[in-house]
Amino acid sequence: MRRACFKFSWVAAALLVPQLLIIFVFFYWPSAQALYWAFTLEQPWGGGNTWVGLDNFRAILTDPYYWGSVRVSVIYALATTALAMGMALTLAVFVDRQLAGYRTWRVAIIWPYAVAAPAVGLAFQFVFNPGAGIFSFINAVAPGWWDLSRNAWQAVVAIIVAGAWKQVAYSFVFFLAALQSIPRSLIEAAAMDGARPLRRMFDLQMPLLTPTVFFLLVINITDSFTDSFGIVDTLTGGGPYRATDLMVYRIYSEGFKGMNYSGAAAQSVILMLLVMALTFVQFRYVERRVHYT
Amino acid sequence: MTVKLATTAMALLLTVGAASAEKISFEYWYGLTGDLGKVVAETCTRFNASQDLYEAVCVGQDGYEKAVQNAIAAFRAQKHPTLLQSFDAGTADLMLSGEFYPVTKLMADTGVTIDWADYFPGIANYYSSKSGEFFSMPWNSSTPVYYFNKDHFAKAGLTEAPITWEGLEAAFAALKASGQACALAYAPSSWIDLEQFSMVHNVPVASNNNGYDGLDSELLFNTTLHVKHMENIQRWITEGTALLRTQGTGKTARDSFVEGECSVFFSSIADHNTIHKLTPAFGWDVQIIPTYEGTERTNSVVGGASLWVLSGKTDDEYKAAAAYLAFLASKPEQQFLLENSGYIPVTKSTYDALLAEGFYAKEPFINRDIAMKSLTWTEPTELTRGIRLGSFIQIRAEWVAEVEAALAGQKTMQEALDTAVARGNDQLKRFAQTYQGKSFP
Repeated sequence: MRRACFKFSWVAAALLVPQLLIIFVFFYWPSAQALYWAFTLEQPWGGGNTWVGLDNFRAILTDPYYWGSVRVSVIYALATTALAMGMALTLAVFVDRQLAGYRTWRVAIIWPYAVAAPAVGLAFQFVFNPGAGIFSFINAVAPGWWDLSRNAWQAVVAIIVAGAWKQVAYSFVFFLAALQSIPRSLIEAAAMDGARPLRRMFDLQMPLLTPTVFFLLVINITDSFTDSFGIVDTLTGGGPYRATDLMVYRIYSEGFKGMNYSGAAAQSVILMLLVMALTFVQFRYVERRVHYT
Repeated sequence: MTVKLATTAMALLLTVGAASAEKISFEYWYGLTGDLGKVVAETCTRFNASQDLYEAVCVGQDGYEKAVQNAIAAFRAQKHPTLLQSFDAGTADLMLSGEFYPVTKLMADTGVTIDWADYFPGIANYYSSKSGEFFSMPWNSSTPVYYFNKDHFAKAGLTEAPITWEGLEAAFAALKASGQACALAYAPSSWIDLEQFSMVHNVPVASNNNGYDGLDSELLFNTTLHVKHMENIQRWITEGTALLRTQGTGKTARDSFVEGECSVFFSSIADHNTIHKLTPAFGWDVQIIPTYEGTERTNSVVGGASLWVLSGKTDDEYKAAAAYLAFLASKPEQQFLLENSGYIPVTKSTYDALLAEGFYAKEPFINRDIAMKSLTWTEPTELTRGIRLGSFIQIRAEWVAEVEAALAGQKTMQEALDTAVARGNDQLKRFAQTYQGKSFP
């Protein structure tokens, strides 16, 4: 019998180390640092810090504007997720039915995922521009009605639409893959039994899609909380009067722009806890309805 | 023959190689972008070509804020540049950290002579310590003015641009009466509406002489003339005399002015060059920012950015940086900057020389030196030296968000400014706690 001529444990370790190192350097170390800073007042240019215990958290949690930020972040996350997944599913169903030109559409729909968030923000700046964009036609009918600098809800709608547009592509790829993995024979059998496309969709495809839906729900919600920064920065800058000041954008503006490293670190910790809690809730309560085949 | 040529070429290459290896290079990170970024890069090229001892390696950082952020990150890893271009609001932390080399000291240590008294007091005070030592090197400097459409003014029968707010309000009324729909394109600017406004009226922004005398300062702008001024602006917007023109409304105040939509807008003198390049289809000019009647006008202060020398570098790098700074301060280099931007001269001798040459009598520079008039109106007082407040970027952001809320009808202007002050004071307290036991040098 041939014996292995190397020690398995060493190879395994060697293969694992780069990945572990990357995770350590780019996640655990900064996270630990952030956790430490959250309890101190850190001087940006070095030179030490002061331990302040829970002061940073107290200041954040007693700030009414912070709760406004939490509120709009939750609205943003739920709305972009619902909109993006709804759109993605609709598009995937049409592509799956192999309507005319579906190969072209399939590629075209995947593209937006490759567009960086700030670029999405810039593109939508043209769409939503009250003076020159597509939405300026509304103002031609009702002058002054569409104005992102005055109407908070319009600014929120603008970032939701832009955020959802960016997310559609990702969800679309997964939905399409899931739809295509449903055996054709099932669909055909249903069709022969007289089920119309809509009925097949709700009674057959949807239940089989639930694992994908659940996966996308978790990913999309997490993504909307943590990856919305680029869109807000270019589209609204957090305004008007803080209406679109999402949690992650607040962390950026306080930490990097305002050089309040400790306040931003405390907010990052809160955001991380919130996202973890939401994910937990989803696994605990939503996953029950998922049928894995 | 060929062999000879090749040998000569080799020899040349070797000497060039040797010369460039001997050059002492230093890094300079700047925040200016676009055309102005190119001007900075050009000064480096000119400096490198002007002598063969030093080499400036200049790296654009895509904006002042990013330049400071990146420099901090680099500093913490000890990979920072020798020189950093920073805007005023971003330097309070740097001042208290002490991680910089005051330029007065740098020049003295490296044996470079600079006539510090030649700097305009409004500029010198802004960038120096209480003892008069320059922290950083003034370079691209500006101050706010207002731009007006001469054709609109003529049509409304206005012969001159008023320098009081009462006069300007009357001018707005005359413009409206002449059929001009929008008199003022307004964008909330803490720098113009709060800081420079308080300077020219000699009213405080914060206690402790705007923060110069201690870290335990409190904001005061909700109790000064500033409130009345902001209420006036709000009234003009409600009446339709002024239009809000920001990125969010789809058109900036400058675009609105250049298109001829609104007759007046406020901005930095640095925009003078930009507007020339945009070639508006009408005559236009600039005027100093107005004051209210019954008040005594004082000097405005400098805006723009200055060049900081960071600590932790070698003596050679400091020597090179000092040579570059001295190069920038020379008259030809100041003039180069002025000709390629809207900035103003920083030294009296350069300004006088330019005046004598008739520099400001030629297009496109005519009247651009009105900024000097505003800047040198009086000697700086205790309240018009500048502002030394920590977390100032956030205080500005609070001010803008609250003023926006008031202009959108969410609250009264007084409530908005009260909130901005209360929140700003929290920031100041946190800042003071971060730097406990320290004070501005």
